[in-house]
Amino acid sequence: MELKEKLVSSFMAFEDTIDVNSSIHDIRTEAIKNFEAEGFPSKRLEDWKYTSLNSVLKHDYSVFPKSENDIEFKDIKPYFSHDIDAYKIIFIDGKYASHLSQTTHDGLDVCLMSAALTKPKYKVIIDNYFNKIASKNGISSLNTAFSYEGAYINIPKNKVVDKPIQIIHFSTGNEAAVMLQPRNLIIVNENAHVQIIERHQSLTDNPVLTNSVTEIFTNKRAIVDYYKIQNDRQSASLIDSTFINQKQESLAKVHTFALGGKLVRNNLEFYQNGERIDSTMKGITIIGDKQHVDHNTLVHHIEPNCESHQDYKGIFDDKATGVFNGKVVVEKLAQKTNAFQANNNILLSDKATINTKPQLEIFADDVKCSHGCTIGQLDESAMFYLRSRGIPEKEAKALLMFAFSNTVLDSVKIPELKDRITKIIAEKLGVNIGFDL
Amino acid sequence: MLKINNLHANVEDKSILKGINLEVKPGEVHAIMGPNGSGKSTLASVIAGKEEYEVTEGNIMLEDEDIEELSAEERAHKGVFLSFQYPVEIPGVSVTNFIRTAINETRKAKGLEDMPAKDMLKMIRDKSELLEIDRKFLSRSLNEGFSGGEKKRNEIFQMAMLEPKLAILDETDSGLDIDALRIVANGVNKLKSKDNAVIVITHYQRLLDHIVPDFVHVLHEGRIVKTGGKELAHELEAKGYDWIKEEVNA
Repeated sequence: MELKEKLVSSFMAFEDTIDVNSSIHDIRTEAIKNFEAEGFPSKRLEDWKYTSLNSVLKHDYSVFPKSENDIEFKDIKPYFSHDIDAYKIIFIDGKYASHLSQTTHDGLDVCLMSAALTKPKYKVIIDNYFNKIASKNGISSLNTAFSYEGAYINIPKNKVVDKPIQIIHFSTGNEAAVMLQPRNLIIVNENAHVQIIERHQSLTDNPVLTNSVTEIFTNKRAIVDYYKIQNDRQSASLIDSTFINQKQESLAKVHTFALGGKLVRNNLEFYQNGERIDSTMKGITIIGDKQHVDHNTLVHHIEPNCESHQDYKGIFDDKATGVFNGKVVVEKLAQKTNAFQANNNILLSDKATINTKPQLEIFADDVKCSHGCTIGQLDESAMFYLRSRGIPEKEAKALLMFAFSNTVLDSVKIPELKDRITKIIAEKLGVNIGFDL
Repeated sequence: MLKINNLHANVEDKSILKGINLEVKPGEVHAIMGPNGSGKSTLASVIAGKEEYEVTEGNIMLEDEDIEELSAEERAHKGVFLSFQYPVEIPGVSVTNFIRTAINETRKAKGLEDMPAKDMLKMIRDKSELLEIDRKFLSRSLNEGFSGGEKKRNEIFQMAMLEPKLAILDETDSGLDIDALRIVANGVNKLKSKDNAVIVITHYQRLLDHIVPDFVHVLHEGRIVKTGGKELAHELEAKGYDWIKEEVNA
């Protein structure tokens, strides 16, 4: 059976496990219809022109992973940014792992989507926010149809969260192949401030396909700082769709570190519903072998006096392929918009590929919008400079790649996380030198 | 220390060096002067091991070892240092960390452990004082946003830290005001000993007022056409290069 048919027919079984009288039931039912009509995206769609899901859809994924697991902290310790004191919401094969987590209801809600979707006290919030900005396209609808578990975070007005929140999804490989549909809802109320780190990690080489959807709402003057660490095994693929709805004077920043995995697709969409909003998205992609990473971004400037900043760096080796598709829409009302977009790439091999496509749709006449993309190799004269100081070729290359990525790393606001990512990158490049970024 | 015999070198099949002979002994300072395009910077790069340059004839001996097959980093490990005319900017890597990496990679190549942090700090403090470098400067990203003078001073700071046997200063005076020139030259003079040697490549004589050469060589169309003492530099300053060209062509 094709994966699509399997998923559609599984929906009935999934419904048996949930309360069909809730308002969520209608949303899920609508969503499975959307998915049934649209299916998985194909390369015929303009937005998927350079990314084919064929190779990841061919596995016979288990849609409802078994819940038994005997994972202990020592098994997964390396994947935590453990030197950071943080709230933790940990999932194993899609199920919440309470013994590994540290949630809270004390002055803020850092807890579970399953609770938010079922408990009466969350009903008003769920009715107001759930599935309000997620796309209704096939792939996001699939997630909505099976939405059940994930992180639910609600930060009340004026609350500056004392420590970062880590959301980590592990897959154990207990089954031959697993498909996961995590669903996160994050609400940051007026003048509140939160830092979130999200990671997906498989523990074996059995195939995993994660189709994640996150909705983030930043209210007036709220600040959200979101870090996505994508450094999974070559058997794991991720489709991450993140939708951010911003109110006036809010600041939303998303850093995406795409450093591993078989296929990664990031859909990252910002909607600016208010004035003086700042939306920032930055990314570093470093991949090799036959890995594929696709960043598909959208910033929708709806009201005047707002800004958006995009800075994506990519380094591609071997037969790796990258895609950057950055769309900026400036509505007629959105005068005085400042929108900047940069996508710079280094190809280390003749067989590596990057497809980069800026798309600007501007309907206002008093705006400042810039975009630029570059594709190049490592600078030979810089290499000679470093090597002439006694730094061997491999280390010299690594230093130049760090220098190239620096504008993105530099804006990581959690020092331990910056160290951590620096180490991951150094490991990836096979060097052991202090960069002190 | 350095012996260059009948060196010919090409860049992309274009012949640049056409038979250079040069011997530099420990404790000596040699100046290489010459008009633009005479091959001065090419000579510096070929000695330091830039891969784009192809040696077609002759050889370069460093302490009786032919270094032609050695990579740039291997030459650095053997004590060759090139101060660049245009140092490269490396954002995100501090001066301190860069030099620490360079020193420890050189030590690693020699089978030594990393230099203890305490020793490194002391060395950095001593050498930065020697070159009148503000400590704050050392935590800035390497060459990023540095003025011309700061870049050159940073090159000499690196030279001081790496303690090379043979230092080649390629147009170190360009872009320096008179104060920076004096500081850089003082630094070089303080680092000089009977065991190391310096090759100063320059277009003008003014740096040679401060770093006094034992020999001055004039490079023209890829060959050393004239060699003299420090007074040759004054003569060139006064009369330009045309008379040399005429002499060669005569």
